[in-house]
Parts: sequence; structure tokens; C-alpha cells
Amino acid sequence: MDIPYVVHPRPDTGLYNAKLGIWLFLASEVMLFGALFSSYILLRIGAPAGTWPHGLLNIPIGTVNTLVLITSSITVVLAWASLKLNQFDRFKKFQAATLILALMFVGIKSFEYHDKFTHYEVVMMDGNVADGHLVEKTDEHVTLKHVQVFPLGEGNAWDHQGEHKEELRIERSQIKKMENYGPWHNTYLAIYFTLTALHALHVIGGAIVIGYLWGPGSKMWKTDPERFTNRIEVSGLFWHFVDLVWIFLFPVLYLL
Amino acid sequence: MQSTTAHTDHAVAHHTDPGFWRSYIFSTDHKIIGIQYGVTALIFLLFGFGLMMLMRWQIAYPGSPIPFFGALLEKSLGDVASGGIMSSDLYNAFGAMHGTIMVFLAVVPLAFAAFGNYVVPLQIGAVDMAYPRINMVSYQSYVIGGVIMMVSFFIPGGAAQAGWTSYSPLATSLSTQGQTFWIIGMVFLITSSLLGAVNFIATIIQLRAPGMTWMRLPFFVWAQFVTAFLLLLAFPPLEAAAVMQLMDKLAGTSFFLPTGLAVGSGALAEVSGGGSPLLWQHLFWFLGHPEVYVLILPALGIVCEIIANNTRKPIWGYKSLVYSVLAVGFLSFIVWAHHMYLTGMGTAISTFFQTTTMIISIPSVVILTCLFISLWGGSIRINTPMLFALGFLPMFGIGGLTGLPLGLNYSDIHLHDTYYVIAHFHYVVAPGTIFGLMAGIYFWYPKATGRFMNEFWGRVHFWLSLVFMNAIFQPMFVQGMAGMLRRMVDGGVNYSLAKVGQDAIGGLSDQMIGLNSVISIAAWCLGLAQIPFIINFFWSLTHGKKVESDNPWDSTTLEWQTPTPPPHGNFATAPHVYRGPYEYSVPGESKDFSPQNQPV
Repeated sequence: MDIPYVVHPRPDTGLYNAKLGIWLFLASEVMLFGALFSSYILLRIGAPAGTWPHGLLNIPIGTVNTLVLITSSITVVLAWASLKLNQFDRFKKFQAATLILALMFVGIKSFEYHDKFTHYEVVMMDGNVADGHLVEKTDEHVTLKHVQVFPLGEGNAWDHQGEHKEELRIERSQIKKMENYGPWHNTYLAIYFTLTALHALHVIGGAIVIGYLWGPGSKMWKTDPERFTNRIEVSGLFWHFVDLVWIFLFPVLYLL
Repeated sequence: MQSTTAHTDHAVAHHTDPGFWRSYIFSTDHKIIGIQYGVTALIFLLFGFGLMMLMRWQIAYPGSPIPFFGALLEKSLGDVASGGIMSSDLYNAFGAMHGTIMVFLAVVPLAFAAFGNYVVPLQIGAVDMAYPRINMVSYQSYVIGGVIMMVSFFIPGGAAQAGWTSYSPLATSLSTQGQTFWIIGMVFLITSSLLGAVNFIATIIQLRAPGMTWMRLPFFVWAQFVTAFLLLLAFPPLEAAAVMQLMDKLAGTSFFLPTGLAVGSGALAEVSGGGSPLLWQHLFWFLGHPEVYVLILPALGIVCEIIANNTRKPIWGYKSLVYSVLAVGFLSFIVWAHHMYLTGMGTAISTFFQTTTMIISIPSVVILTCLFISLWGGSIRINTPMLFALGFLPMFGIGGLTGLPLGLNYSDIHLHDTYYVIAHFHYVVAPGTIFGLMAGIYFWYPKATGRFMNEFWGRVHFWLSLVFMNAIFQPMFVQGMAGMLRRMVDGGVNYSLAKVGQDAIGGLSDQMIGLNSVISIAAWCLGLAQIPFIINFFWSLTHGKKVESDNPWDSTTLEWQTPTPPPHGNFATAPHVYRGPYEYSVPGESKDFSPQNQPV
């Protein structure tokens, strides 16, 4: 029993099965991320005026990560084109570059996450708020660096850019409430972490598939080169989609 | 060519006997997967109905121990059923799980996945689904989701209690982890639907036999095609919502938790706030409403096949049916907020959704009308599948028409959240969809097994089901219009005139409360009426009347032009299609049916 159009396109649709399948899957992915983007819009317009955070993320780092991902989109196309030109070695090189870029993206993203998880907002007994990055945390005291101090109720840290202390040591007895900038801190961070983590999972998933097809899966080149090329095309389509999501995420979360 | 060798190896591998596990448990054959889905879904259907039969005792006789089953519940679930009495926590859990199981584990898998898997590739003349292994994973993912849902009954605190709609903040603030299980279970079920949907669409687009043009597709295939698109595009937003609710539950976010939220004792909840409860409802109903059409369209498709076959004439208005089902599919994405008139989302938005809701009733009525007119002038052959199909038409009609007052936002103010709503959507899904599915089971059973189900007991099953279904749901319209709210653990006793005073507005008369036990007795009788079906289903496997040909109903569509039961790979010779799907009683032909693969 042979299922038709596994490798060659059906004449009237112009598609082989897997290519149609990935497009359908991507349509559902559009709905998934679309729902999250819609939620972002709803939460943002629902927030009281002036409370939506700005400048919490590092724009240069985000820009670098955007470039990393765009470059990987190019290498993934070149890898597929190399197979079409029957140049397996070039495919190997380009796809290796894709994998390294994917790894770089995830690495930079982890650095950004770490930065947020060590960023603390400390409400003190004297009615002030200290906002900075953690240096040290013991049972007696907490030390923060690059600290902004401002009275509670007078906006948030991002309203007080500029004046800051290099380092501040706060006794535990002076602390009323202390919370880092995790997803629990406010709805902006909640949607930031949810969207970017879901996106990162897509990057990792895509990299695993691309890695498999680069490593053990590439044996198929010898037995069924056309089908192998199709697989690279399909995984490449997914990879482009993942890039595209980031192209939307970057301005929405970093710039706007 | 190198690919040919790979394929030949593949084919050879299938000719060797793959053994029990590969044939029946980890099969990639669409027919086996269809049967797996069917049997699993029927078990869930019975289980979900069982939950409701237990709840009906609590509604009819609040606070009194459930006979026999009460002891069983106490033994298996502990304190929530102490003394065999259903506690309000257990009632809520059963209510939430009844809805979840019926929709996501019973009716959708049966209507879409079971019938779709078994019948669609056969009807389009394909050897299998486009992605057989993904098909297998889809079924396995469904089973895992089902197991997670079942396990949640036994965890401390019990299963999810916030209704099948799982509205936040209620769902997030309940102390049981049942909601977490529910969300994770749903993620597996959504994955299953998604893989299935991609597979069906690709199969229908790519694997149609030569000559099987779009306008020669049987209507059932069209219905499944549209259903697959609904699942593909409507489920992901619920998945997004589920992820966010999970974050609210586990990571302490506030997607759906507003500022100033107070729970339990009235103290402010320890959350950052800023979220929107309405957001959950929008995302949920963005799935929830297309889901209604996911429940109904496959049944319409089945009924259409059976009516064409048993009236022995072409279906009336085939093209109207096709365009209407496409219109329904599209419109079903823009009616969701008619579930939310009372949330305070604003009158302008209500008006928009009221308008689209009225518009979607037009193609729905076109479909039903085409099916009714198809009966006109036919020499109707009555058998069990046809009885169920005929029963479907008025039942679905009642369900649909009673939906109109709910779709208009003024009348919805009175009817919202009452038993009227319950009666309305159960008419659509229970005597509607489930009758359609039963018709399908009786109709395709001979193809799958080579034997008929028993005709006499089939008719007994039909007539008893018809009577008791109506005995259950008609009184609910009356209760709902009298103002009885749904989801009340005491069956409304606390709102009875005796409790609230004779002059109170909206108090429930003894008559209304009394209907509770009438409905409950009818529900238990409906349960008994399924026994003939269950016995018939298994007994006929070995003792049913054998079919005398591969096409025992003298049908035109391709699934009957195969050996019985169809082997792996389906067709003895690759079919070529020359005709439309319903060429019955063609003038000048020797027989009253002309199969699609018979040359013109």
C-alpha cells in the first residue's frame, strides 16, 4: 500500500502532503499566537493610564537577538537551496550555522530571563521603594546594585530613570515586601514571559528537528534525496514561522 | 528511482502479519483507529451519562443518600460522598466533568474522529489517511488526555469544579488541583484534535481518487472538511487561554485576575491584579462556539448520507448544502460573544453578535430544509439507521429554533443560565447529534463487521430513546422559563415558594420543583433504554445477520464499493469516479442506484 503524493506534488494542488500539512499546522499556530497577542492588547488597553511598564527590557540585546534569528532564516533557506543544487556538504555547513544561531538566540534569551529574575523591587518600612539588581541575599540583609529609591505610591521604577545609587544594603528588618520581576510581578511581565517562553519552546523544538535532520536523519539523503529535501523544506517553513513570530514580538514587547 | 525501493520495502513490511499490538493497539490503519476512537468514545459517552444520572438523584431528592451507587462513591471518593450523599463539591465536580467528558471525550471523538477516520478515506477513494502515524499519535494523545481527566477524580479535593467553561477567577481560586489536571488534560485533547484536523484536511485535499472532484464529494466529507477547519483554527486560542490559566494557577500571574479580587473570607487575594476575567470568556467562547458546530456538522453529514440512501433519490439541493455548510463554518467564528450578553461587555458588542447569530441561523435552516425536502416524494425505506436519521430532523429543529430567543439579547436576560439553556443545547446535541451518531453506527456497522445489528432491538432502542429524551428535555424548557437556574445542587429547593415566601417574585412553585423527579426518572429510563443497544452492539459481532453483498444498503458512495470489511489499503482495485455522490433512481438505469465508480 502506497500513500500517494508523499514525495511528488499532486498535479492539481501543486503540493506534496507534508507541505500542505505544515501550512495547515502553521495556520493553527497563527491562531495560537494570535490569541496571545490579542490578550496582550486587551490587557494593555485595560491597564489604568500610565501604569504599563516601559524600558524594562534591554533594546540593544533584543536587536542583536532579532538579527541572530533573521540570519538563521537566511541560512536555513541556503541549506535547502544547497540540497536542490545537490551540494550536500554546503547543506551541512549552512544548517550547522542555523543550529549555532538557534543556540545563540536561546542563550541570549536565557541571559535576559536571568536579568529579570535577579531584578528586585523592595518595599521598605520607611515608605520608600528600592529597585535594583540583586548582589547578595542573606538572612540578615539584601544587597542591590544600580538602585533607584523613590517613595511608595509615586509611580514605578521606570518613571524614575536617571538618579540611582551604585549599591544599597538593606537590613531584612527594614523590608516590608520584596519581589523580583518574574511573571507574577505584573501583567506586562506575565504576558512577556508567556509569549517569549512559548516562542523559545518553538525555537528549541525547531532546533531539535533541524538538528535531527542534520545529524542522524540526514542518512535519508543517500536513500531518498527528494524526500529528504522535502523534509528540509518543511522544517525550514516552520523555522521561518518561528522567526516571523519574533519579528512581531520584538517591537510589541521591547519598543512599544 | 530510489524512492520506489523504499516504498516497496514499506509495502512488504505490511504484508507480514504485524502481530496483535501493531494490528489493534498501535495501528496506523485508519479503519482500526476509527474503531479505537469509536469504542473509547462510546465508553466515555456512557460514563459521562452515568455522572449525570447520579446528579439527577441529588437534584430530584436533595440530601438523601443515593441508592447502591452512593456506597460505591463513598468508598472510591471518600468524604465528598459521606453517607452516600452527594456533597455540593462532588456535584460541582460531576457537573464540570459531565460537560467536559461529553463534549471533548465523547461526542467530538465519536463524531469527528471515529466516523471521520473510518468513513472519509473510504468515501474519497483513498488508501489511508495522508499521515497514518500522526493519526495514531492523535488517538494516543486523546487517550492520555482522557486518562488525566479520569485520574483527577481521585486526587485530594477531586476533579475540576468550575464547569466545563472553567471561568476564571472561580477556576483559579478553587483550592483543588483538579483544575490543573483539567488544563493539562485539555492540552492533550487539543493536540489530538489539531493533529486530526490537519490530517483530515490534507487527506481530503490530496488523496481524493481520480475523478473525485469537489462537487462529487459526499456531503459527509464536506461536513468533516469544514469541521476539521473549525478544530484547526478554533482550538489554538483555547490552548493559549489554557496556558494563561495554568500560569495563573502555578506561576502566580494575573491574566484573568482583576485588581481588588477578593475570594473566600473576603480578604484580598495575594495577586498582582490587572487581569481581565472577560478575557478568559472571550478566548473560551472563541473555541466554544465553533465547537458547537464541530458537534453538529458530522451528524448532519451522516444524516444526509442515510436519507439519500433510504429515500432512493438524490439529495435535494446538494450545492445549497455545500455552500451552506461553508457559510456556517465561516460564520461560526463570529458569533461567540452571544454566550456573554450578561457580562457587561457593552450593548454595541451585544448588538453585533446578536446580528451575526441571527444570520448564522439562515444557512443552518437551509441545511435542515434541504434534508426535509429530500424526503418529499421518496419511496422511503424504514430501517433503524433511517429511524434515527428521521428522528434527528425534528429534534435538531427544536434545538435550533429554541436557540433563537437565547441569541436575542433582550430575551436572553430572562433565559440566561436557566434550565431553558440546558434544554436548548441538549436538544441539539443529545437527541440531535447523538441520534445522528447512532444512525451512523447502525448504518456502517455492516461495512465494518460484515454483519447487521439486530433490527428489532434497534427499533426498540430508537423508540425508547426518542420518548425518554423528550421526557427529559421538554420539562426543562418549562422549568427554565419559570426561572429555575442551572447548576443548583439542591434542584432549586432554596428558591421554592415555601422557602422564599408566597409573594416573592421568581419563587419556584411546587409544580416546577416536582418536575425534577419526573426528569430524573426519565433520565434513568433513558439509561435503561441503552441496554438493548449495548447488548446488540456486541451480540451482533458474532450473531448478527450476515451481509449478502459488499453493498447491503444498495448505496452509491465509494465506501460500499470495497471488500467487507475493507482490508489494509481499502480497495481491491484503485477506484475511478465518474458520477456525483447521490445518483439514485437514475432514469434508464437497470438498478435504482449508480455507484460513483460506475462508468457513465
